[in-house]
Amino acid sequence: MSALGKVVRAGVGRRRVQTVVMVLTTMTAVTASIMAGGLVVASRAPFDHAFAEQHGAHLTGRFDGTKATGAQIAATAHTAGVTAAAGPFAVVSASPRFASDGMVMEGLPPLTIAGRAAGGGPVDAVTLDQGHWVTGPGQIVLTKAEDGPVMGRVGGTVSFPGLPGKPSLTIVGLARSVSRTADAWVAPAEIPALTGPRATPSYEMLYRFAHAGTGAELSRDRDALAAAVPRGALTGTASYLATKHTADQETATFVPFIVAFGVLGLVMSVLIIGIVVSGAVSAGTRRIGVLKSLGLTPGQVGRAYVGQALIPATVGTASGVVVGNLASVPLLAQASDAYGAASLTVAWWLDLAVPAGVLALVVASALAPALRAARLRTVEALAIGRTPRVGRGRLAARLASRLPLSRALTLGLAGPFARPARSATIWAAVAFGAIGVTFAFGLGSSLSAIQNGLNRDAPGEVAVDTFAPPSGPPPGGGPSHRPAPADAAAVGRAIAAQSGTAGYFGTGHQRATFTGVPGAVDVTTYRGDSSWGALQMVSGHWLDGPRQLVVGRRFLEAAGKHVGDTVTLEGDGRSVQMRIVGEALTVDGSGMRVAADTAAFTALGADTRPDTYQVHLAHGTDRAAYLRDLNTALRPVGVTAVGQSSQVSGTVIAMDTMIAMLTVMLVAVAGLGVLNTVVLDTRERVHDLGVMKALGMAPRQTVAMVVTSVAGIGAVAGVVGVPLGIALHDYVIPAMGTAAGTHIPPSDLHVYHPLPVLLLALSGLAIAVAGALLPATWSARTSTASSLRTE
Amino acid sequence: MSSSTPIIDIREVRKTYDDGPAALDGLSLTVRAGEALAVLGPSGSGKSTLLNLIAGLDRPTGGSVTVDGVRVDQLGETGSARFRRERIGMVFQFFNLLDDLTVTDNVLLPSQLVGAGRAQARARAAELLDLLGIARHARAYPGRLSGGERQRVAVARALMNRPALLLADEPTGALDTASGAEVRELLTELNDDGQTILLVTHDLALAEACASRTIELVDGHIVRDVGGGGTAARPGRGHGGHADGTAGGSAAVAR
Repeated sequence: MSALGKVVRAGVGRRRVQTVVMVLTTMTAVTASIMAGGLVVASRAPFDHAFAEQHGAHLTGRFDGTKATGAQIAATAHTAGVTAAAGPFAVVSASPRFASDGMVMEGLPPLTIAGRAAGGGPVDAVTLDQGHWVTGPGQIVLTKAEDGPVMGRVGGTVSFPGLPGKPSLTIVGLARSVSRTADAWVAPAEIPALTGPRATPSYEMLYRFAHAGTGAELSRDRDALAAAVPRGALTGTASYLATKHTADQETATFVPFIVAFGVLGLVMSVLIIGIVVSGAVSAGTRRIGVLKSLGLTPGQVGRAYVGQALIPATVGTASGVVVGNLASVPLLAQASDAYGAASLTVAWWLDLAVPAGVLALVVASALAPALRAARLRTVEALAIGRTPRVGRGRLAARLASRLPLSRALTLGLAGPFARPARSATIWAAVAFGAIGVTFAFGLGSSLSAIQNGLNRDAPGEVAVDTFAPPSGPPPGGGPSHRPAPADAAAVGRAIAAQSGTAGYFGTGHQRATFTGVPGAVDVTTYRGDSSWGALQMVSGHWLDGPRQLVVGRRFLEAAGKHVGDTVTLEGDGRSVQMRIVGEALTVDGSGMRVAADTAAFTALGADTRPDTYQVHLAHGTDRAAYLRDLNTALRPVGVTAVGQSSQVSGTVIAMDTMIAMLTVMLVAVAGLGVLNTVVLDTRERVHDLGVMKALGMAPRQTVAMVVTSVAGIGAVAGVVGVPLGIALHDYVIPAMGTAAGTHIPPSDLHVYHPLPVLLLALSGLAIAVAGALLPATWSARTSTASSLRTE
Repeated sequence: MSSSTPIIDIREVRKTYDDGPAALDGLSLTVRAGEALAVLGPSGSGKSTLLNLIAGLDRPTGGSVTVDGVRVDQLGETGSARFRRERIGMVFQFFNLLDDLTVTDNVLLPSQLVGAGRAQARARAAELLDLLGIARHARAYPGRLSGGERQRVAVARALMNRPALLLADEPTGALDTASGAEVRELLTELNDDGQTILLVTHDLALAEACASRTIELVDGHIVRDVGGGGTAARPGRGHGGHADGTAGGSAAVAR
């Protein structure tokens, strides 16, 4: 081995703690960067990526099986402009009943079920999340919903009680189709059993086109398909652009916070590597002096120290790539749930770019201080080593000594001023950690508050639909029959008479047109005192009189109105003036949702009988007993009351999981940075620590001094990081609201109350203390005699 | 404390490092209050090991070390730290002053570690600096002082808590001749006033000038003991102070 090789090997082997810290730091930084980078990349057009990966269908054509033969439909694959096609697949619609783990769900909307032998293919290559594809009759694969509960689980059963023979199928897989071509898939041979009497299944054909970038191009493609089959055979088409629009909007909700966390993670990684590597090299200045005195040139010194840093850094980087990819699996799974896209993976180029970037950073961080030290005159380099350069931090030391604290603490407090550059970098790392924690706290609190606000559209503990449950799917998968309405007034009377009812009101749904607002708008009408079940307000107030409207942000923007303005409700040649009395938090109908008092609709002659009654129970009422009694009373009316539980959306769970993982990662990186700095500091000052211990400094005092030396930095970093984290939150949450089409109510935004802020301000201190505790204990345990011998 | 009371009582002490030969091999030593004991010996003879064991900086492999009535070999880390700050003053070859603290702050350190009253400690520090002739440097940083002045600061620091025993490890080893003479004189005066001193040195002149008793170590054994048991190694100076019983100069502040 060459002399230089020996120098490098000795440098790595002798400084074991330093080497371990460098391995850990690079590993954490690479892990963090891959996770953060993976998320940021995944958040860039996830629909487009998943669509490309699955060869998504630009158009899904639905054909009437009575007007075109299977061969005619299959021949549309050769229509001009079609680049790939799949199908035809027989499609039926049937209302399911799910049973798994003793739970039964029925009264659900019908499923669109396609007979498909394989999940793969040239178009819409469906991604299986769990289980396997159907291998024969009696099996079904369900689509995994991107939002809301999964209806069934693998191993459970789904039956169709409305069909002859009440067929029952076993759920063998859960899959995602980016193009959303069906709700479920079965073997083609299964379709006849799922087809009602006197019905013919329709067919579905999936296409990709050479030109499908715009609605106009797709329209031309659709016309070409219609022309290729007998007139009227093509009953409908679904464009991927509509799905993409919805998906992109869902994605846009996530992007602000993913990017914020990603950038925090990347900045911290860069910072920590810089701190650790340059710190390690700077700490070796005296050794560099010794090497120079032995005849090494500055170039050799530079190479030796770069090599010395690269060995642990390479080990750490390689481990980080592995850990980063593994840790990204659950994170990206959450992201795919949130984006409603197929499984996301870490982009391959990230696995190359991140290690390359990190190693380049390591080289730069090692080379600069090594060359600076190598250019020092040898005697100067040799003189450095015991204490920081004389003259730095003296004023701070003098001022600190006057504080009414124990000497160990005041010595620690003055410590950071002796090495201002190192202190500043570690301050920045802890501050970023504090920003991350503060941001995460606010994000979690706001999302929870927003979720609670959104749940207000189904207030109360009990709901009663005034429609009897549907009797089963219509034959042939045609439009479903509207269930028979019950006597709403009788339902209302039964609820009012029921002991334990604290309040109730009815809600109905209308499609309405407002002057100046494009298209029809979904309106929820409220009958009765709904003050206890008001939506969460952004501004203005809830409905408290006739002809009032509470609207979402998009409605205001579309109508060009403000709270307090009037709008005209039109219908059947009549019109009614309504006043917008408030703006509410809502994302329904892309934020176009309108809540209105029934009076205006009654004036238009619309049927305003409630579809649902929302019931609020008196305090202390047993809900199960209440439901039993109420359902007994409702039996003659033919409707059923059900308990309502507040739903936590899959999106919020996904966001909470991501917030937790990313926060832990940021805190770990910051803590490692502190640990490394304290290791360097205590090593450099081991002699001084030995002197103090010889003078009688007890182990506890030593720990207190070392911890205090970063506690001050941590405390200040926390105090500065908290307002920055709050500012980031106050920027990101409204941006997420804008993407979702709503303003955020001030109460959901202002989640930083004094006590949490105080605790968050201490987060910097906590990170610093946690990072310093281990090396502080090591230094307290170091033998005083050997510390004193250390040069 | 009576001059006949042993302040250091070491019995059958053995110390080995890893698998190496014994640095101290069954050594026994008694030092009485007021003695000034010089420990001589070549490098590797066990001088520093002996000093470390007495100061509680290290633990013996076997035997007992009692200093000022305390079984030092049985103390834990916290106990030995407390023992040092209350009963021991240490002076080192390379001064071991903290370069980022002023002279006064260096001297104050031991009293601050025991939590002494601020005003009282400052008065004591000022008194020591004055009597050791370095009061004019009170606000200076150690880097600006000469070697002799730095060692005076180190002595002032060592005396801050009125230790029962002053340990000096090659106190003149890093000094020029003139500064070495100053320190020699200072230690002599301290001992004249009753300060028990144990100094480890190669400097025969220092041993002859300061010590009332001299032992020589070779390979962990005492091979020579001169002046112990009432034999004055330093003419005219007995145990526990001046032969004439008067207290002199700077030594007056040492107790």
